[in-house]
Amino acid sequence: MRAIGFLDEIPPGEGRTFAVDGEMVAVFRLRDGSVRATQAVCPHKGGPLADGQIDLKQVVCPLHLNAWDLSTGCSLSGQPDVAVYPVRIDDNKILLGE
Amino acid sequence: MRPRLVVIGNGMAGARTVEEILARGGDFDITMFGDEPYGNYNRIMLSNVLAGVEDESGIFLNDLSWYADNNITLHTGTRIERIDRHAKRVYCEDGTETPYDKLIIATGSRAFVPPIPGLHRPGRGYHQGVFAFRTLDDTRSMIRYAREHERAVVIGGGLLGLEAARGLQNHLPHVTLIHAAGHLMNAQLNEVAGETLRATIEAKLGIEVVVNGRTTEIQGKHAVTGVKLGDGRVIPCDVVVVAAGIRANAEMAAASGLVVERGIVVDDQMRCQDEDDIYAVGECAQHRGETYGLVAPLWDQAKVLADHVTGVNPYAEYHGSQVATKLKVAGVDVAAMGLQAPERDDDESLTFTEPRKGIYKNVIIRDGRLVGATMVGDVKKVAFLMQAFDRGLALPEERAELMFDLGGPAGEVKVEEMADDEQVCNCNGVSKGAICGVVQGGCKTVTGVMDKTRAGKGCGTCKPLVQRIVEWAAGGEVEEDPAASFYVPGIPMPKPELMNAIRLHSLKSVSAVFATLGGEEDAKSKMGLASLLKMMWGGDYVDERDARFINDRVHANIQRDGTFSVVPQMKGGVTTPAQLRRIAEVAEKHDVPMVKLTGGQRIDLLGIPKEKLPEVWADLDMPSGYAYGKSFRTVKTCVGSDFCRFGVGDSTALGIALEERYQGIEGPGKMKLAVTGCPRNCAEAYVKDLGVVAIDGGKWEIYVGGAAGAHIRKGDLLTTVSTPEEVITLTGRFLQYYRENANWLERTYAFVPRVGIDRVREIVVDDADGIAAALDAAMAASVAAYRDPWKDREEPATPGQFRTSLPLTVLPQVPVRA
Repeated sequence: MRAIGFLDEIPPGEGRTFAVDGEMVAVFRLRDGSVRATQAVCPHKGGPLADGQIDLKQVVCPLHLNAWDLSTGCSLSGQPDVAVYPVRIDDNKILLGE
Repeated sequence: MRPRLVVIGNGMAGARTVEEILARGGDFDITMFGDEPYGNYNRIMLSNVLAGVEDESGIFLNDLSWYADNNITLHTGTRIERIDRHAKRVYCEDGTETPYDKLIIATGSRAFVPPIPGLHRPGRGYHQGVFAFRTLDDTRSMIRYAREHERAVVIGGGLLGLEAARGLQNHLPHVTLIHAAGHLMNAQLNEVAGETLRATIEAKLGIEVVVNGRTTEIQGKHAVTGVKLGDGRVIPCDVVVVAAGIRANAEMAAASGLVVERGIVVDDQMRCQDEDDIYAVGECAQHRGETYGLVAPLWDQAKVLADHVTGVNPYAEYHGSQVATKLKVAGVDVAAMGLQAPERDDDESLTFTEPRKGIYKNVIIRDGRLVGATMVGDVKKVAFLMQAFDRGLALPEERAELMFDLGGPAGEVKVEEMADDEQVCNCNGVSKGAICGVVQGGCKTVTGVMDKTRAGKGCGTCKPLVQRIVEWAAGGEVEEDPAASFYVPGIPMPKPELMNAIRLHSLKSVSAVFATLGGEEDAKSKMGLASLLKMMWGGDYVDERDARFINDRVHANIQRDGTFSVVPQMKGGVTTPAQLRRIAEVAEKHDVPMVKLTGGQRIDLLGIPKEKLPEVWADLDMPSGYAYGKSFRTVKTCVGSDFCRFGVGDSTALGIALEERYQGIEGPGKMKLAVTGCPRNCAEAYVKDLGVVAIDGGKWEIYVGGAAGAHIRKGDLLTTVSTPEEVITLTGRFLQYYRENANWLERTYAFVPRVGIDRVREIVVDDADGIAAALDAAMAASVAAYRDPWKDREEPATPGQFRTSLPLTVLPQVPVRA
């Protein structure tokens, strides 16, 4: 587990991308206060998922509006699934990993 | 021991029923009796055999190996003479007996031969040269005989008679058709339709048709020489074909004690009256007073019978079939369903005739539902009509659409004829097979399928086709998506209701709308709600940035690699050397990969990384051109009267004034405008959301609802006014009416025809509803609230507003064009 950034870097209901060991991870701050982390790049055409719109369940890629479940990474529109990572908040720090 | 199933009749009904039983895993010892010496063939195709377009071998449905493979004992050329219902046995002509546990009677029908003197020769059957048209043997002997003769008369102008007449033309030069009724196909067609068909057949095929023709005698001593009619006329001929209808083969059943009227009487499970173990199916059966002579009802009956006899569904019920037929009769397309003519005073009846082309169309509507349709010569709309007739679908308000294709994006693609791998959605590359797969997976709403496959989610042109494929694949079990009428999918309300609720509860942010009206937050609804709230509340709107689409968060249009495009405002498409120089310098300084002229007469800088947007705006120091939002985009103009020698109005000045006033106004969809200085229309004003055309005499025409993108539509003329000021006022009023009333993402090309141009004119021009002042005031408030979003470059609106979302990817990835 490691700190990759601070919660106040992410506005409520939006996502931001963090570079972690040469990998890009999109972290989303849901409006219920929880966070989710997925791979940053959509598997369909390489869209930036952190620029997508979210709700408590899904993220919608800004390029072609494909959707993925934020908790499971499962595609909701017939695309390959995305990787999801365990993530939590501790005193404004975003902690990634088990 | 397995129960014994005996089937009397090896025609289409008998064999199809057995297929249905086998498909349900029915475990029987099956024995079938057929009185023809063949396997099972498609009787409908006999007319093709007669016409020489189909080979005999092509019409067999199940060859003898099918019977062997399914352990069916088949007795061909064997006629059953009697059923012993008590001993549960059937007896053949030769006296052999076969016991059964379940019995199916599928004896079909035979040609009806009216009692005409001279038709038969005592002791020799039909007179030499006389044929019925029913079996493969009939067809064979008819062909053999006709080839050596000259003139044929067909008695009967129904479907079968017409087919016989057409077929015979391939074998001899002269064919006359005699029909006892007043017009052809009188069972299916009304008089005008029958007359249209007759004219076509006479003109196109050269078949002579006699209606109201009662045949009183077949003449000829040794062989047929002529046919005598009731009016005394004699038509010389050497071949006579009788096709005067069919009669159920029910005599054996009647003689065996079953209840027979016009056919063998069956209940809703296809069981014979008062019999638990005897069923009848097909043309020999009479259900609720009806006998059927077409295949479609037979298929329905076979399914119910199989469900019941196998016990797969003991409650299966046949409720009769609505007979809708679509046929090529003697080379002419004919379709008929339901009523031939209106019956009640308030039945709507629409008729179109074009005798020169042999076209007749009629539809009959009762209480908004299709209850009858007849088409001759042009059956392009029949697939939709049959669906509407079968399922009682709602009909288009524009009734003419029932008969004609009135434009629109979808061509007449027959869903059933499309290959599985045919691409339906050309934006997202979705095939027909993929759509059908999702439907078979249990998703039976159009929007559900669109969400799962992305079909129809690009430009949207293919949506009607996607809908038809879903309907076809679901076989009539399409579920209404209640969300289809909602403004956004996440809040269960149409737009007017939603706006009332928002006002009532004073909901000023997207999260407040979800919390109060929707329950769960929905990503796909946020953008539409943000647009609506901004329009309704103006400066009081509580702007939650996550409700915005990325383009609106960073005021630029996202590109395929995650970079953005920057389009500075260039009002009316007019620029200056200084502005061009500035843009050139910025493009060079930032190594802009591509500089492109847009269709809206502006300059696009493409491939700008997100984090560089504020810097680029600062260097440009020009206002945003809004080339990214669901908003007022641009006003395209021509050079107008200042320079153009044809110009009759100063289009450039008016275009600039319009853009000045309405820049950045957000709406349910993009708003693209144009002003053109004369009807030559160089600025393409006829195909804009709102287009203004200067006409001679100092007047201006205003067109609304045009489009020239995925959908092409010429705008409707809203009104003609005398001053540019009036144009500016009416433009604002129309746009405000559109903003308040259009559904999310509904462009004006859909909105204007939905509301109707007359109604739009009433409200916007004539102020019939007295809301013009309110519309003008609301628009004025929106105009006053305008602020160039590119001024937000000093202080980001949110943390990391312009932070890259692909930090390890070197952007841009698009090719650089020097």
